Amino acid sequence: MSDLIQQAENLILTPAGFSINDIDTVMGSLLSSSIDQADIYFQSSRSESWLLEDGIVKDGNFNIEQGVGLRAVSGEKTGFAYSEELALPNLLAAAKSVRAIAAHGQSGTIKGWSKNKVPALYSPLDPLSTLSREDKVALLKKIDQQTRQIDSRVEQVTVSLIGVYEVILVATEDGRLSSDIRPLVRMNVSVIVEEKGRREQGGSGGGGRHGYEFFIEQDRAMDYAREAVRLALVNLEAVDAPAGNMTVVLGPGWPGILLHEAIGHGLEGDFNRKGSSAFSGMIGEKVASSLCTVVDDGTLEHRRGSLSIDDEGVPGQNTTLIENGILKGYMQDKMNARLMGTQSTGNGRRESYAHLPLPRMTNTYMLPGKSNPEDILASVKNGIYAVNFAGGQVDITSGKFVFSASEAYLIKDGKITKPVKGATLIGNGPDVLTKVSMVGDDLELDSGVGTCGKDGQSVPVGVGQPTLKIDSLTVGGTHA
Amino acid sequence: MPKAAHASQIDEQDTQRLKNIAEDILSEAKKQGADQVEAAISVGQGLSVNARLGEVETIEFHKDQGVGITVYKGQKKGSASSTKLDMASIKDMVSAACSIAHYAEDDPYSGLPDATLLATDFPDLSLHHPWAVSAEQAIEMAIECENSARFYDKRITNSEGAGIQSFEGTRVLANSLGFNHGYPASRHSMSCSVIGGSDDTMQRDYWYTVARKASDLESALKVGEMAAKRTVERLGARSISTRKCPVMFAAEVSGGLIGHFISAIRGGNLYRKSSFLLDSLQQQVFPDFINIYEQPLLPQAMGSSAYDAEGVATALRNIVEQGVVQAYVLSSYSARKLGMQSTANAGGVHNLTVQAGELNFQQMLQEMHTGLLVTELIGQGVNTLTGDYSRGAAGYWVENGEIQFPVEEVTIAGNLKDIYQSIIAVGNDVELRGNTRTGSILVAEMTLAGS
Repeated sequence: MSDLIQQAENLILTPAGFSINDIDTVMGSLLSSSIDQADIYFQSSRSESWLLEDGIVKDGNFNIEQGVGLRAVSGEKTGFAYSEELALPNLLAAAKSVRAIAAHGQSGTIKGWSKNKVPALYSPLDPLSTLSREDKVALLKKIDQQTRQIDSRVEQVTVSLIGVYEVILVATEDGRLSSDIRPLVRMNVSVIVEEKGRREQGGSGGGGRHGYEFFIEQDRAMDYAREAVRLALVNLEAVDAPAGNMTVVLGPGWPGILLHEAIGHGLEGDFNRKGSSAFSGMIGEKVASSLCTVVDDGTLEHRRGSLSIDDEGVPGQNTTLIENGILKGYMQDKMNARLMGTQSTGNGRRESYAHLPLPRMTNTYMLPGKSNPEDILASVKNGIYAVNFAGGQVDITSGKFVFSASEAYLIKDGKITKPVKGATLIGNGPDVLTKVSMVGDDLELDSGVGTCGKDGQSVPVGVGQPTLKIDSLTVGGTHA
Repeated sequence: MPKAAHASQIDEQDTQRLKNIAEDILSEAKKQGADQVEAAISVGQGLSVNARLGEVETIEFHKDQGVGITVYKGQKKGSASSTKLDMASIKDMVSAACSIAHYAEDDPYSGLPDATLLATDFPDLSLHHPWAVSAEQAIEMAIECENSARFYDKRITNSEGAGIQSFEGTRVLANSLGFNHGYPASRHSMSCSVIGGSDDTMQRDYWYTVARKASDLESALKVGEMAAKRTVERLGARSISTRKCPVMFAAEVSGGLIGHFISAIRGGNLYRKSSFLLDSLQQQVFPDFINIYEQPLLPQAMGSSAYDAEGVATALRNIVEQGVVQAYVLSSYSARKLGMQSTANAGGVHNLTVQAGELNFQQMLQEMHTGLLVTELIGQGVNTLTGDYSRGAAGYWVENGEIQFPVEEVTIAGNLKDIYQSIIAVGNDVELRGNTRTGSILVAEMTLAGS
């Protein structure tokens, strides 16, 4: 929307006395005949965090970040510089060093700027101002008190509340100005419970591109608290996890981290252009059972991983990665798309103005199948039912990935029996999904807590899946 | 190709300028009603280049600045941070921090460190060694490094490139107890990552070197060779069957094992009771040949500093002596919560050192005889509250003290309490690149899960 661009101009450029003409001047000095791609990325973000611990709101932090990043790309070569100061001489000097990436040629010019109009997937609101400071403190205290009332075994309660108000304005070499205003909130509740000298922890949270009222509506904040307590109490009963290969049933929602690690990263355009991914050159090949269709969808309204536009000004898209088991496509930013002769899929993301864009995931999930989740569990003679995870990692070249369960149970003769301690599950990305033999009809997305790291850059993401049965996966417990 | 060297060096004037800004912040905070205040300000600059397949891939010019302030109104705390150092922004930031402190609640343990613990002696630790490398020179070196890897062995089939990074900056810490000090530091590194094999049997590994002084970096040839050697050695890796066996953590990953111990005796985890090592002072956590200490004042080391993130003076100190825990890892706040004194660990430990044993790497393998040598760990899988440990691993299967074949797609698991007690030996192959200095560590038994 063009009024978003006006807002971004008012918020970022006007206070610094910077104008569209100045952008024009800087872009002119970035461009030359051998530059294929260039952008100027303005970002302004305000964020806050509040922390409750030991029953009191101990600390709050307020952060302001602002800066501009300049990039020029020639073939496979990228020059990059950034500055916190929005001053024309600084930016012209930066542009000069960045442009040196390419052979010298005639300077380029932009023939007038056009405004990129894209429907917004979230309101351009400042979440920090959706609740007064008094009310934020009161909310955290109320959660603390009510959490302690859930169960007398609750010893420690920690509640955190984070809000981010980010405004970006991107000028690209094609003469387009794009803007986005990205609110993001997150709340986490973690507890420690104690019984007969044994202590265990549990945590839960959620969020999205909303104001803070999101946590009050539908009693979400207390849902996180109840879930944290439930998890911790389950862990009090947990026995040693088994070790070895076995059938694994993954619950719906957050266990979709499997997709993020096992296949998602391996399908990012940069690794595939360079041939460093275990999935390189596999488009059109069968990489999953025909029950599996996986998408990366940046277009879901208000989701943590969603983007009205990505950090290169390309609208968020719903990209099919795997369709009925066949590898269909990669996630692309502009540079890798150009070098691979295709189009950006709106996955060009960067942590901030001080980082280069990379192809990154948004919300990655598997579409629902036809099986009833109860039937899936009933079909397992011996195995593990894993429903909550702490995180994961992948080596995209060898394809080996791990994800660490924080809530899991033994399955015996189709029935869930005892909870087991957290264990890491390890598998091979290109073949784990070929072992999927049942897909539930119960697709869920995670509650809005995912953060993905790549090349030292963190970005918010989402994951999701229905209940899945994987016939064979290595479970890294201690009980051999 | 860019000709210009990167921007002028950080000098004493930069540090002085930040000290002056710090003074402005302290007086502004007092003016706005803060009882106590602390400010940390840094500026830095650098260059990083990456070359891939013999060509420059990226050139990045870095220039960063940041300021963080913490104010206390009585026992109420608020903090704010920003990338802007101008006076108008500082006023806004102070006002935001004061407002947060207004709404935060009284915490009897909050506040600046005890004034008597603040550093008063500032030895020159030789941490600042600018490197006048131009982008052009850095690219040449990166290409040399990558070539050394690519042509090391014909099984090297692809590359993620080689990179050179050079940073220098200065950081000032000031508080309303009269502390206002800063010092410049540099960090230079070179890294290389290459791929071997093809199709479904690709492996990737890397190597890097890092130093305060560019002349202390390993040569480009060596870094490339190490990256290639490590990659080629992983080719043909396979999973092995589930079993219990000895595990040797190679020096490049054994620091993590000691890191989990430090995390468990960190004040924050102790006062929250989220550690498996509560009340571990004077307890035998390791076998009696294990000694662990901090060496904050080592010249040119990556983890050296005369004071911690709060200005508390650091000193050489024992953490574990003959396997027995001698001290925790505390900031002022966590120390007060525990009724103790800060150990100058706000912001972390400084050159944590595990006393080296007698055996070299080969002798360590012989000592293990048969078991898993781990050279890479992936995933989280460490529960500091319970000590439960389960991580993805890659490395080599060892028999009769000799490496047999590369292993991947396995996990190793156990409880850290048992793992620490069952350490058999620490090697003399000490890893010096990071903030934790330790040789390889041999553990008597863990559960390996695999095919």
